[in-house]
Amino acid sequence: MAMMYRLHTDLYAGLWGQLFLGFMGLLLVVALVSGVVLYAPFTRKLAFGTVRHERSRRVRWLDLHNVLGIVTLTWALVVGATGIINTWAELLLKVWQKTELAELTAPYAGLPRVTKLAPMHDVIAIAEKTEPGMKVRFVAFPGTRFATPHHYVVFMHGDTPLTSRLHKPVLIDAQTGVLTASRALPWYLVALTVSQPLHFGDYGGQALKLLWALLDIGTIVVLITGLYLWLKRGKAAAARPAEERALEDA
Amino acid sequence: MMRMFGPVWTAPVVLAVLTVIGLVSALLGDGVRDALSALALGAVAAVGAWHGLRRPQARH
Repeated sequence: MAMMYRLHTDLYAGLWGQLFLGFMGLLLVVALVSGVVLYAPFTRKLAFGTVRHERSRRVRWLDLHNVLGIVTLTWALVVGATGIINTWAELLLKVWQKTELAELTAPYAGLPRVTKLAPMHDVIAIAEKTEPGMKVRFVAFPGTRFATPHHYVVFMHGDTPLTSRLHKPVLIDAQTGVLTASRALPWYLVALTVSQPLHFGDYGGQALKLLWALLDIGTIVVLITGLYLWLKRGKAAAARPAEERALEDA
Repeated sequence: MMRMFGPVWTAPVVLAVLTVIGLVSALLGDGVRDALSALALGAVAAVGAWHGLRRPQARH
């Protein structure tokens, strides 16, 4: 499981692996768009969903490619685009830390390391009072990835599938336990947050997971048939659909 | 132009709308919205399965 996750997210190559896979995702989106452009000329004379079983394998697979491609198109575009955004997660977090978070914590620059931490119980109580109606998702300790060297960051969330992922960070002075700031995430982190469930399909219960699997299988068939058509592209006029149809109809 | 758009793109546009409804609905809430998502995306998957799996004899 962990191995599949690494292979899927960064090929064991860290940030560059992530960005490489993001580029692959970009190629996927380009391929999808090119497929949409080719869809009309190839299917103009066919009823929707026609697979010409009586014809050669190439025609059959071309039809299958077109039907399954157009059916899974929107889903694949969404999964592809949100996957690309996900590969920028680390960069976006760094941008946020270097800009907004740095701004908030600028007054703390150069201060000595925190030695005595304010009690966690108080920190959570303050966060809950600051954002009534929201719940605590997790508390990042000072000096860790999601916090600053001098703050606890309490991540609050709402209660719908979407708002439960839209974390609102509440910064609390780690030494004194006093509220420093609470502000909504910038748009690019909102985009990242929204893109995660849409990529993974980990919302909406078991039904959506099953449908994710089915649409995935459809996409894989589109890939395989597309690869086959590409390998056989020399035969007849794959790039010239009108002529190809004329040949087939003759 | 409309004549071109009609026969070729009607089904794809309907499928795209269903997909968007299916993807967004469950994000905005649970219960009924989950069910709507499953129905909408289920319809899209069913259309794919129907056209992708049915054999020629079913058409003649």
